[in-house]
Amino acid sequence: MISSSFRHALSVALLTVAGALAFSSCSDKPDTAQTLPFIGERDVRPRADGGPADTIFAAIPSFTLTNQDGQTITNQTFAGKVYVADFFFATCPSICPKMQSELLRVYEQFKGNPQVSFLSHTIDPAHDSIPVLRDYAQRLGIQDASRWHFATAPHDTIFSLASRYMTAAQKDSGVPGGYAHSGTFALIDSDRHIRGVYDGMVKEEVDRLIKELPILLQEEAAKQKKAQ
Amino acid sequence: MKPLKQPVWYLRGLALLGVAVSVGSCFSNRQNEGATLYASHCSNCHGAQGEGLKRLIPPLAGADYLTKNRNGLACLVRKGLQGPLIVNGVDYNQVMPAADSHLTDSQITNILNFVQTSWGNQGEIFTIREVTEQLRACGASDGQ
Repeated sequence: MISSSFRHALSVALLTVAGALAFSSCSDKPDTAQTLPFIGERDVRPRADGGPADTIFAAIPSFTLTNQDGQTITNQTFAGKVYVADFFFATCPSICPKMQSELLRVYEQFKGNPQVSFLSHTIDPAHDSIPVLRDYAQRLGIQDASRWHFATAPHDTIFSLASRYMTAAQKDSGVPGGYAHSGTFALIDSDRHIRGVYDGMVKEEVDRLIKELPILLQEEAAKQKKAQ
Repeated sequence: MKPLKQPVWYLRGLALLGVAVSVGSCFSNRQNEGATLYASHCSNCHGAQGEGLKRLIPPLAGADYLTKNRNGLACLVRKGLQGPLIVNGVDYNQVMPAADSHLTDSQITNILNFVQTSWGNQGEIFTIREVTEQLRACGASDGQ
């Protein structure tokens, strides 16, 4: 009796140790090794002093938009934060409802975290006035504009911004709603760099965004610690 | 005797299976057309499960609108809808676009029947004749 229960205890203990070892070796790797890539064109600038060249990553240009509360938002609005950006329009009958319901899924995951915010640009500023954007946001269940901005700007401003966020958008009278655009979600870090691009029409891609966002947040936290 | 009987049973079984498969495929093709058309024309807005989207897009699953406005459903799919409407007590006000013109009367019938019988919906089935009559009334039947 004694020897068998001892043997049993020993084998349980061994298994536990082995399991713990296997588990830690699996889970350690992604934590330490994973960082998100920098996306977009990059520029390599030689340094005047002959030292190693600097790599300049693509960055979101300066912008001024107006959100659903009529407040002006700029890059400064997102200072020290990360944000997810996309492009839509309120009367879009094709991909927008699906896209916005997927982005809503991301929002639900991170709405309690002030480090993460959301920015949806309308590509139909002629129709999507501030009251229209406010109604849209409220119908989607977004009461706090500072967490998820639904923003407008002059037509040209929006369209040139879209390409910088890796979103294709153009007027097209041949499609329902009058605008053709891709359902891209772009993840932007606190230095205006694009760190992830996801197809908002594909559930698995949006799952990847939900998984990758915390990796960027970890990097941001480390950066802020270093700066202090 | 016994070893002889077995192949007979086996053959009968095969025949039954064959009938079941061929009958099944007759019905399931119809069913699939409704599901396929729903996926390509409707689900981006109304959702893969007919769930709608918050207060922006009304649901189709469990929607009282389907029974209250049964006579207008075919024209709604063909022509779209604009302006406020109430579904299950919630008001909505988005534009529903008209169906692409290549949806025939019979395709609209299949879409409607998919909606009527999916996600727990137990609505009354539409016949093609009924759909064509509804479409004629709004001047939108293609007779196909």
